[in-house]
Amino acid sequence: MNVASRFRTLPETGDRVQFTLDGALATAPAGVTVAAALLAHSGAWTRRTAQGAPRTAYCMMGVCFDCLVEVDGTPNTQACMTLLREGMSVRRQTGLRDLNGGHCGRG
Amino acid sequence: MHQRTPEITIVGGGLVGLSVALGLLFSGRRVRVLDGADCDARASQGNFGLIWGQGKGANFAPYAHWTMDALAAWPGFAQQLQELSGIDVALDQSGGYEFFTDPSEMDAFKAELEQQAAHLGGRAIYEMLYGDDLRSQLKGIGPDVVGASFSPGDGHVNPLRFLRALRCSVQAMGGRVTLGATVAAIRPQLGGGFALALADGEVAFTEQVIVCAGLGAATLARDLGFITQVRPQLGELLITEKLGDRLPFLSSTIRQVDEGGVQIGGTKANAGLDDRETLPIMSKLAHHAVTVFPALADVRVVRAWGALRVMSPDGYPVYAKSGPNPGAFLVTCHSGVTLAPLHASVLAKWILNTSATPDLEAFDECRFALSHAA
Repeated sequence: MNVASRFRTLPETGDRVQFTLDGALATAPAGVTVAAALLAHSGAWTRRTAQGAPRTAYCMMGVCFDCLVEVDGTPNTQACMTLLREGMSVRRQTGLRDLNGGHCGRG
Repeated sequence: MHQRTPEITIVGGGLVGLSVALGLLFSGRRVRVLDGADCDARASQGNFGLIWGQGKGANFAPYAHWTMDALAAWPGFAQQLQELSGIDVALDQSGGYEFFTDPSEMDAFKAELEQQAAHLGGRAIYEMLYGDDLRSQLKGIGPDVVGASFSPGDGHVNPLRFLRALRCSVQAMGGRVTLGATVAAIRPQLGGGFALALADGEVAFTEQVIVCAGLGAATLARDLGFITQVRPQLGELLITEKLGDRLPFLSSTIRQVDEGGVQIGGTKANAGLDDRETLPIMSKLAHHAVTVFPALADVRVVRAWGALRVMSPDGYPVYAKSGPNPGAFLVTCHSGVTLAPLHASVLAKWILNTSATPDLEAFDECRFALSHAA
């Protein structure tokens, strides 16, 4: 479950919610942000910049924009400012978003 | 280390001051640039990066020609900066649009373009595009746009990279740029030259002084006997998240930065030195952008700011030599980006009074003398 991540969640006391990351099922404690869920999931990169550099959540307070992911089809969503909800579809981003809402580099 | 007294000191290290400095360095002069404090009103750090000719000088032929000269000089100037500084200013001069949603505003601007063309003769190239003709040429323009003017010589640069390229070029040419050096007073010396009193107490001497301090020029210029009164004009801007697509157009109010973000602006207000952005104007800008190009509707705004334009009483540049204090000059203008190639060449030669200098008398401040006396 949290095999690769160096982030550990607090002792779990409540419900868990289910979401998908790039189509694969994952879970996280209820009430966390998307960024916290992603860090606990694997800690791996969650977006690549226009130059291809890997990034993931950093400031956790809405400032650095390194946690941008696609949430339910909306690109460039700040994962640290978005609460995780049951059934959410989260996708990692590669490059910049397009005008039509998709993002570059996705097939 | 002993530093020789600079022949020429430029007060103001923004786009205008650095451009003039570069031109003087090209002519082999020793130049020092004194730049003010970070918190000063800096048009050079808040602007839109346009290189724009449409409608400029409709009521003032010298300005119409001066602007056209600048547009023509930009490609070579960008190349020069690249060679000196290694910085690509992202010049894109593939033409610009002015969009209209109100037919009477479009008619009024058409009249201005015609008047500008009357001054420029064959140098003026523009076309008016209406309704569906425009939409068939330019995919994605909204249904409420009644038309647009297009001029093929207009363009833009990345304004912050341009500022850095200028500063690095000045330094590469041997110019001294001192930051955080606010000039509190300029005192003409008996026997010639000037003493510059800096805010930190230092006094610097110079043979000639050129005031290029934007809004900061107000008191310095007056103390040297200049009559030009510059005033601030607030412009507000939005910038969006970066897009992977390129917008199919550049307009005077909507431009895509080479790095992908879309900058939206063009408002004008008189708010004194208050450069804060306001929610009603931000909303108006967003509405305008979506009216022109509806695909921007779901694009997020990530920053907004206000910046102060530097306006002379009639909006045209001022290039003035001091009568009472020979060796003192005032250079101020709103179009510090557009006119930069000329400030770094023709204007510098005019300041140096070298032979075959062009006649820039039209931009002298004596044109304001009557209105002040009235």
